[in-house]
Amino acid sequence: MEEEKDVLSSLRAAYPGDVLEAGAPFGDETIVIRPAALPAIMAALRQSPYEFTMLLDLTVVDYPDRPERFEVVYHLLSIPRNRRIRIKLSVPESAPVVASLTGLWKNAEWLEREAFDMFGVRFEGHPYLRRIFMYDGFEGHPLRKDYGLRHRQPRIPLRK
Amino acid sequence: MPGNFITTSFEAMLGWGRKYSLFHYPFITACCGMEYMSAACAHFDIDRFGAGWTRFSPRQADLILVVGTVTQKLAPVLRTVYDQMAEPKWVIAVGACAVSGGIYDNYAVVQGIDQIIPVDIFVPGCPPRPEMILEGLLALQGKIQKEGHDWRWKKKKTS
Amino acid sequence: MPDQSPPTRFAAAARPESLLINMGPSHPAMHGTIRIMLELDGERILNSEVEVGYLHRGFEKTCEARTWFNLLIYTDRLNYVSPLINNLGYAMTMEKMLGLAVPERAQVIRALMSEVSRVSDHLTCLAAMAMECGAFTAFLYTMKAREFLWDVIEQTSGARMTTSYIRIGGVRADLHPDYAAHVAKALVETRKVLKDVHGLLDKNKIFLNRTRDVAVMSQEDAIAYGWTGPCLRSTGVRYDVRKAQPYLVYDRVAFDVPLGERGDNFDRYMVRMLEMEQSLRIIEQCVALLPKAAPGLMADGMPPAEAISEARRQKSGRPIRLSPNLEGSEKAVYKDILAADGGAVIPPKEETYTSIEGLITHFKFFMKGHGIRPPKGEVYFAVEGGNGELGFYIVSDGSDRPYRLHLRGPCFHIVSALESLIKGRLIADVIPTFGSMNMIGGELDR
Repeated sequence: MEEEKDVLSSLRAAYPGDVLEAGAPFGDETIVIRPAALPAIMAALRQSPYEFTMLLDLTVVDYPDRPERFEVVYHLLSIPRNRRIRIKLSVPESAPVVASLTGLWKNAEWLEREAFDMFGVRFEGHPYLRRIFMYDGFEGHPLRKDYGLRHRQPRIPLRK
Repeated sequence: MPGNFITTSFEAMLGWGRKYSLFHYPFITACCGMEYMSAACAHFDIDRFGAGWTRFSPRQADLILVVGTVTQKLAPVLRTVYDQMAEPKWVIAVGACAVSGGIYDNYAVVQGIDQIIPVDIFVPGCPPRPEMILEGLLALQGKIQKEGHDWRWKKKKTS
Repeated sequence: MPDQSPPTRFAAAARPESLLINMGPSHPAMHGTIRIMLELDGERILNSEVEVGYLHRGFEKTCEARTWFNLLIYTDRLNYVSPLINNLGYAMTMEKMLGLAVPERAQVIRALMSEVSRVSDHLTCLAAMAMECGAFTAFLYTMKAREFLWDVIEQTSGARMTTSYIRIGGVRADLHPDYAAHVAKALVETRKVLKDVHGLLDKNKIFLNRTRDVAVMSQEDAIAYGWTGPCLRSTGVRYDVRKAQPYLVYDRVAFDVPLGERGDNFDRYMVRMLEMEQSLRIIEQCVALLPKAAPGLMADGMPPAEAISEARRQKSGRPIRLSPNLEGSEKAVYKDILAADGGAVIPPKEETYTSIEGLITHFKFFMKGHGIRPPKGEVYFAVEGGNGELGFYIVSDGSDRPYRLHLRGPCFHIVSALESLIKGRLIADVIPTFGSMNMIGGELDR
């Protein structure tokens, strides 16, 4: 527990204006950062002394009522230190652009494509931002809250 | 009438021959595929019912088993595969997703493969047990036995 | 297949003189849900592009429209070869959010069931891999062993695959009275099959040629691609969620984490083989732990028909055995298999059928807007799935259904490395490489 506070507080100390919030709800260490600081903070977290060498997961949560609609959520894992951390940032609907992490982690390429496909969040610097699960010609982003659950877009004419 | 006697007997024989020599093409996508694997393997042994020969090319298959969820993205693939099969051909939809979309009533899933291709036998279940898949196969065999087969000369006569 | 889509990166970069071929999605070795486009020079792969999403069933969106309790069935169908581990991952994430304490017996049962699932998962993966390499005998043997393992699951849960057996707060029912005999039989059969498969494949020249030093993954790359589970361990990185953050009873059972050395296809095969032996060890220890955890009930109690006729004469004090579907979920076993928090678990059926309060509790549990109501917030929890770290990220807004539910499917990260692994290899190497990854569509595409 002593050490856990260290990561959060040292991040706060290192990036004073960029770390907006830090806490551990339900025991998951979480920091909320400014979007512009993402590449610097992620690059630092990947190195010693933090050693979060694995990008576990990347996803987006859609809050249509908030001014900054899309919350991008990263989960990192440090195998040598056996700990996880969650990094969150919010971007508005008018400019849903986040810096790409493809330079740091290789699986970021697919993860960012998924986030783009499902939510329409764009990743600046991504080499190949294309739909991954849905097909070309599909309109809209299905996991957004305003996309209807049963709004189907068939690829071929269906019988009946 | 001797002519009728010959054609009906021949039709029955042809049906008998066809129903026990089905080459099937498993169009496996999802969970039901695990139960299909069980049905096809030694434990349940689909071979006992004359459908042991799995063909992974639709051009060599008589029967396509659509096993699992067919999504909108996969729909054109299923259509293409079905079109590549030579007549006579039969279709079994295995599992709730293939039959009706099952529990996935959403933007991504085709609500039943009969919206894409004609289906002969629907096997319900999520997933159906291997016994159910075999039951579906037996039902199809019954159907093939009773089917009137289109004769070459009949076709010529009508045209 | 006619496609009006814009040219992919792969098609744009392809040289005019090279041969382009398409594998899948309807290809026996692509498991029906993956498409690989290959640019070839002779048999050598110059470039490739992997297309996924053919089994995207809208899991996450659908869950947002289901209540916390009802969406459990969708988790069954994620990694459909080991559904119980998916149930476990979801249930434990919810328990972390709700702060539920699970009875010890339920924990042991959960560990037992997830290890049975893990063995069947690995068996299926290796069966498919071996079959695609032409080793049909190994396929038939491993499938046979899987049947015995599924018998254990079926006997207790009533279903072979999609069981929904592990519930939020515990498990649905107690183990079947005869479970020990079935587990023992499954262990014997599986060990026999493992021995056979070792004999068939380990020194098989054809199998070795297709797997040894093919598609080698370095430790750094494996971590950079987010690999977990057997695939990561095959490169020699010691990371197993069961050891790193022990859950259930994994800190009380002894087991080793087999590691590979080279990170090639053969190591991925071997790590899975050795892991199954460890899982069988855990199953044995769980069976030994069970009687200590709590007494098994189930044996006494009378059948419903007898109970009705007895109740006509006098009020019976003896417990009633419920219908076969509800076997082992009697009120008397509740304290051993389900958490004490009444709001998060289904009330016992006896109360529902016999008292008005019980009926109201039951209704309220399933009624729209009621049922399980976790606090606001977000939580991430991971278990060791068949393929690696199976994590659930759940955002709750305090209502009766998730605001957002995201699955961290280990497969997704593993398959994302496929393009780099097959680059420069021969076309035949695609098959064992892809087979050793254990791609599961439900988990990859969700």
